[in-house]
Amino acid sequence: MEIEQSYIDIYREFHEELKSHSAEVMNQGRDAAFDQFVASGFPTQRLEAYRYTDVRSCFAADYGMNLRRVPCLLSPSELVKCNVPGINSHLFFVVNDSFLSDTSLPLSRDMEELMEKGVLWGSLKEHAEKYPDLVARYYGKAVGAKMDGLTSFNTAFAQDGFFLYVPKNVVVEKPVQLINVMHANADMMANSRNLIILEEGASAKFLVCAHTMDKLNFLCNRVTEVFVGKNASYEQYKLEQTNYTMTNFGSLFVKQEEGSHVVINDSTLHNGFTRNTIRVDLDGEHAETLLCGMAIGDREEHIDNTTYINHNVPNCHSRELYKYVVDDSSVGVFAGRVLVKEGAQKTEAYQSCKNICMTKEAHVYSKPQLEIYADDVKCSHGATTGQMDETALFYMRARGISEKEAKMLLMLAFMDDVIEKISVEALRNKIRLLVEKRFRGELAKCSGCVICKE
Amino acid sequence: MLEIKNLHANINGKEILKGINLTVKPGEVHAIMGPNGSGKSTLSSVLAGNPAYVVTEGEVTFNGKNLLELSPEDRSREGLFLSFQYPVEIPGVSMVNFMRTAVNEHRKYKGLEPMSASDFLKLMREKKELVELDNKLANRSVNEGFSGGEKKRNEIFQMAMLEPRLSILDETDSGLDIDALRIVASGVNKLKSNDNASIVITHYQRLLDYIVPDFVHVLYKGRIVKSAGRELALELEEKGYDWIKKELGE
Repeated sequence: MEIEQSYIDIYREFHEELKSHSAEVMNQGRDAAFDQFVASGFPTQRLEAYRYTDVRSCFAADYGMNLRRVPCLLSPSELVKCNVPGINSHLFFVVNDSFLSDTSLPLSRDMEELMEKGVLWGSLKEHAEKYPDLVARYYGKAVGAKMDGLTSFNTAFAQDGFFLYVPKNVVVEKPVQLINVMHANADMMANSRNLIILEEGASAKFLVCAHTMDKLNFLCNRVTEVFVGKNASYEQYKLEQTNYTMTNFGSLFVKQEEGSHVVINDSTLHNGFTRNTIRVDLDGEHAETLLCGMAIGDREEHIDNTTYINHNVPNCHSRELYKYVVDDSSVGVFAGRVLVKEGAQKTEAYQSCKNICMTKEAHVYSKPQLEIYADDVKCSHGATTGQMDETALFYMRARGISEKEAKMLLMLAFMDDVIEKISVEALRNKIRLLVEKRFRGELAKCSGCVICKE
Repeated sequence: MLEIKNLHANINGKEILKGINLTVKPGEVHAIMGPNGSGKSTLSSVLAGNPAYVVTEGEVTFNGKNLLELSPEDRSREGLFLSFQYPVEIPGVSMVNFMRTAVNEHRKYKGLEPMSASDFLKLMREKKELVELDNKLANRSVNEGFSGGEKKRNEIFQMAMLEPRLSILDETDSGLDIDALRIVASGVNKLKSNDNASIVITHYQRLLDYIVPDFVHVLYKGRIVKSAGRELALELEEKGYDWIKKELGE
């Protein structure tokens, strides 16, 4: 327990102070989560769910934590440049693990209109203080009582994050964009917590970008809970463009009610060491979910997408599509478990994972898992891992296209069906461009993000 | 234009070409015929630079350059074109994007600026008519879901776009019905000039009714065993390859 011990000591020594800088609702389950963490420790590779991703040793390095909530010196207007160009969005920032309150910028007209309709957005801590009943009804409920080491650690240490509440039948047309920025003058860890609630018939699109501003060692352990009410529609697009010194853990828990519709699309273009865990609970009939993702790895990058889809009731529909291109000695991991519970008849669940290894040293571990306890279901999975199509490559070269360009076109084509599933046109075009730049090696770090340029 | 001397080539350690000699001059059309497994497609693959084949002996000069030292893309940019026997499907890469990239890489090689989008589309429209290629096909992925005939017409369309000095048509007639054959052949004939040349590889004399060769060569067991004028094709059609085998004393 030596890796865990220093964190255990920090909590025991500073938990009063930690709590005093957070909200009562978030503090309620804190000690219990801490006890769970003490019992389990960080996930090790002995656990099936973490077999190919050594999470625990990532915590061995000495990271600073900002438990006293020392404010960030950045102003939102400096960060606004980080916006994905051409995307007209409602923009918010979490710097390290604090929501950046934006009082310097005036509210736009449509933001005001949405707030008049009852939409709430901003700091989770502030909203938990202002609306304790609302937040308490949801906080920690998607995660559940039994947490893995990353989630219990987050629940013990998280003090703030982003909050979004969309009341019944309200449609938020423009995407809500959250940029998670890491910025510090020493190695730093961030545990932020996001809570997103869509009531019956509500609709929202959420974009999340992960950026780093400094070439320091950063570790993020972010947990997001999403509640999608009856017939509500939620889409989430996550884009990671960080660098080799970034360790990024993201756990997403989604609960879907009857007739709800969810799309989750994760693009990892540049990273260091990443583990995304997604768990979707289909709790109401006729709910639909589409999980997709792409990962492009090179050098020593490590990208793990582990997904769980639980068909808890009949008549739900889930699809998964993940694609990886790994170069040099990078590693991709995909694990997708689909659980069809007893009685969840007429379930349809399809999963596909396709991968290209560009070198002999690059690896993809893909692990489809279907667990079916009902007898009237349609489920399938397919996983392929191979090399680039040599005959197509030669065909293109024989037309005068250079080997490099031909490979680029083939890789871009390979990723295209994941990109096609992005419904926000400006984002889709932007991602396509970024992927192309990534394959051309022109995407050093965050492009289109001025503050990230060295 | 093209001079092949004593060319030997292997695939997976098995020798297929065992000393090919062939000279092609501008304005000429050469037909290469021969039974299955004689090395016809290997010859075209080796000339185009398919990395699956290893040249063990001999030399090939193309426009005064050592062809065997050039990468497949540089061979294409130098003006060599291979019409594939089995054109490759490339899902996700649109015909327009594919062709624009190819044309602009050729232009770059010649020191020319990339073509503007409108000029390019104009050129595509013009060349598509040559082989009566459906407009819809241009917007689809390269060869994906194309019928056999459409794939072959698409090869000739690409040839028209790239204006090669030497084109090698590898069994362009296979899998074509008579109408498609006529369209493909008339496309090839329209592209013919005094400055360019073609090598037509075929099993059957049928294609040679439309694309009239100046020379006919018979390839057998990795060597050219007989060369003559176009009358040789007719003779082969009549007598079959056994006649050649007998002549060789087999």
